[in-house]
Amino acid sequence: MWNYEKRLQFPVKITQPNAQLAQVIISQFGGPDGELAASMRYLSQRYTMPYNEVAGLLTDIGTEELAHMEMISAIVYQLTKNLSMEEIEKSGFDKYYVDHTLALWPQAAGGIPFNACVFQSKGDAITDLTEDLAAEQKARTTYDNILRLVHDQEVCDPIRFLRAREIVHFQRFGEALRIVQDKLDSKNFYAFNPEFDRCKC
Amino acid sequence: MSHKMNTEQENMLRNIGIVDFVTVEMTEYLDTHPFDREAMEYFNHYMRMKNQMMRDYAVKFGPLSLSVADTCSKEWKWALQPMPWEGGC
Repeated sequence: MWNYEKRLQFPVKITQPNAQLAQVIISQFGGPDGELAASMRYLSQRYTMPYNEVAGLLTDIGTEELAHMEMISAIVYQLTKNLSMEEIEKSGFDKYYVDHTLALWPQAAGGIPFNACVFQSKGDAITDLTEDLAAEQKARTTYDNILRLVHDQEVCDPIRFLRAREIVHFQRFGEALRIVQDKLDSKNFYAFNPEFDRCKC
Repeated sequence: MSHKMNTEQENMLRNIGIVDFVTVEMTEYLDTHPFDREAMEYFNHYMRMKNQMMRDYAVKFGPLSLSVADTCSKEWKWALQPMPWEGGC
């Protein structure tokens, strides 16, 4: 169950539209390392996670990722607001515009639609948490790449905030992996899968 | 559709964001450190502060959350709130 607050996690106030930049930043909405994939990954993995604190962490980080998805969507929305037909054609936004007008639709920067295959929910605690650690780093790299392309301070600020959150989540997932390993046999963490095998033999 | 906000509203919204950030950060920290009493006190302090700020904001500018939606007024203010992606906050 969820509650909605009618505010963004971090302010997004962009006064200068830039359709070219919007086409790059939209990757963090529906791209392979985007916020939609992040939230769906954690919120899918949590059900079979046998350790309460780790299932709780997946829920809380998965929830925060939904707020990040809303921030990215707000950035794309504001960057493409009130565009003229000339700007749409000149910026190369015409290919997106023909299918979606100025609406938000989850896709990668290269136009590839969002696909659940960009994440896994494997049903093995070590496997899933290792994927989660990688996912946070991949998103951090994407934000680093975006920051090299952005020169507008109003866009930089919320992107920097999101980048910093990837680093914090990496730290938390590292702690979660340690919690899982502490509950397993240190001589062989892979002796059994705590999400599936019933006996510890 | 754009919504002009006055400075007081913008400041209150920004302060709610700051205090809420502490509670989000502390929630995730406490998930992996559930016995850290100092962190729990820190969380409680900022959560109480946020709840009060949400109530104060609702009285002046309308509810940001259904938990502070006032049904005693003539109109359903929740529906009249600006959407957050419009650049108000």
